Amino acid sequence: MCLAIPALVKSIDGYHAEVDIEGVTRSISIQLTPEVRVGDYVLLHTGYAINVIDEYEAQETLKLLRELSEAR
Amino acid sequence: MKFVDEFRDPELARKLLDRIHRRSTRPTRLMEFCGGHTVAIFKHGIRQLLPPNIEMLSGPGCPVCVTASADLDRAIALSRLPEVIITSFGDMIRVPGSYSSLQKAKAEGGDIRVVYSAQDALHIARDNPDKSVIFIGIGFETTAPTIAATILQAEQEGINNYYVLSLHKVCPPIMKTILDLGEVRLNGIICPGHVSAIIGSYPYQFIPDNYNIACVVSGFEPLDILLCVDMLVNQIESEQYDVEIAYRRGVKPEGNQPALKLMDSVFEIGDADWRGIGVVPSSGLSLREKYRRFDAATNFDITPEPSREAKGCICGSILRGVSTPQDCQLFRTSCTPDHPVGPCMVSSEGSCATYYHYGDADGG
Repeated sequence: MCLAIPALVKSIDGYHAEVDIEGVTRSISIQLTPEVRVGDYVLLHTGYAINVIDEYEAQETLKLLRELSEAR
Repeated sequence: MKFVDEFRDPELARKLLDRIHRRSTRPTRLMEFCGGHTVAIFKHGIRQLLPPNIEMLSGPGCPVCVTASADLDRAIALSRLPEVIITSFGDMIRVPGSYSSLQKAKAEGGDIRVVYSAQDALHIARDNPDKSVIFIGIGFETTAPTIAATILQAEQEGINNYYVLSLHKVCPPIMKTILDLGEVRLNGIICPGHVSAIIGSYPYQFIPDNYNIACVVSGFEPLDILLCVDMLVNQIESEQYDVEIAYRRGVKPEGNQPALKLMDSVFEIGDADWRGIGVVPSSGLSLREKYRRFDAATNFDITPEPSREAKGCICGSILRGVSTPQDCQLFRTSCTPDHPVGPCMVSSEGSCATYYHYGDADGG
């Protein structure tokens, strides 16, 4: 129910945005994420972006995962 | 980066699992609160891959499953009123109430429509000005801001035939209730990822502070969940309890402030009826006075019969983490996804449906 999937923002018009989800284009509301910019990925839940995905944090988490998996 | 495959790397997962096996020494009982986590854990076979000293329990984090029969009965009664269109997320349609379901009410002639988004419900209201369009508002903090947004939009556009039956629930109070009931002893909680995308991680701080239970917010990919378990094991082994985030790309400690503000402008905290638990004070969301004209609970006159639970169904104790689906005599016999008796078998995220589709920890 609280499912949210990454979607790439292609264009923005007011509170609406066109996003790409694995090649499928959809119109969504970005009313809950006013800071979003074209080129960002958002977490899409029932037609609304509920957060902008933080790419820096994603890279940091992957770095942490690699460090932990190597640590003895 | 597409934020999916990167977090499914099998080699990294294997190494992380080795690390968890090496470091986890104590009997450890973890609860995943969110139904989405239950599905992800089963789908990726994570339960079977963890060391035997780590036990995983599912919690009450499926909004469809925790909707009380009495509330479903109200939704069904609303669908029988003249000139009404009921709109709802798909899973709710099949959940049995005390005497019927929305699906049966639809077969009997009710105008009941499945929508993907509350936006769709608002469109239906716009297109049908001579009908009352009622949205059955279920969901936690993830969903509630989206419903709030449609109410504000209806107000701005002067749409006067849009109503919401707010059955929304909030998570931290029910976590407290589960802990206070004391029926299950937990060492750690996998906190919900997308609820936390809205509320942040601070609202869980009372759990480590008052109950000495580890808390980590997790994402939904296998590496997210394994990282979360590793962080929980760290806290439990060192007896240093705190709230941490393993899903930093999606969750900030302070949450999504614009969404919280919007939700707060439309809803106020109220009591909510949880299936299997009962009425929990301050665990739900009601429409504020200013938006009462959009409130289906106060604008329609319905008197549903007293509610009752299906005989033999133990969804209530499954939702509290006290029982598992295999404890239920109806599981896989008279209760199946095609013929669900209780809500945990209806919802794709319900524990019973998940056990049914992906098998139990023994591969059953």
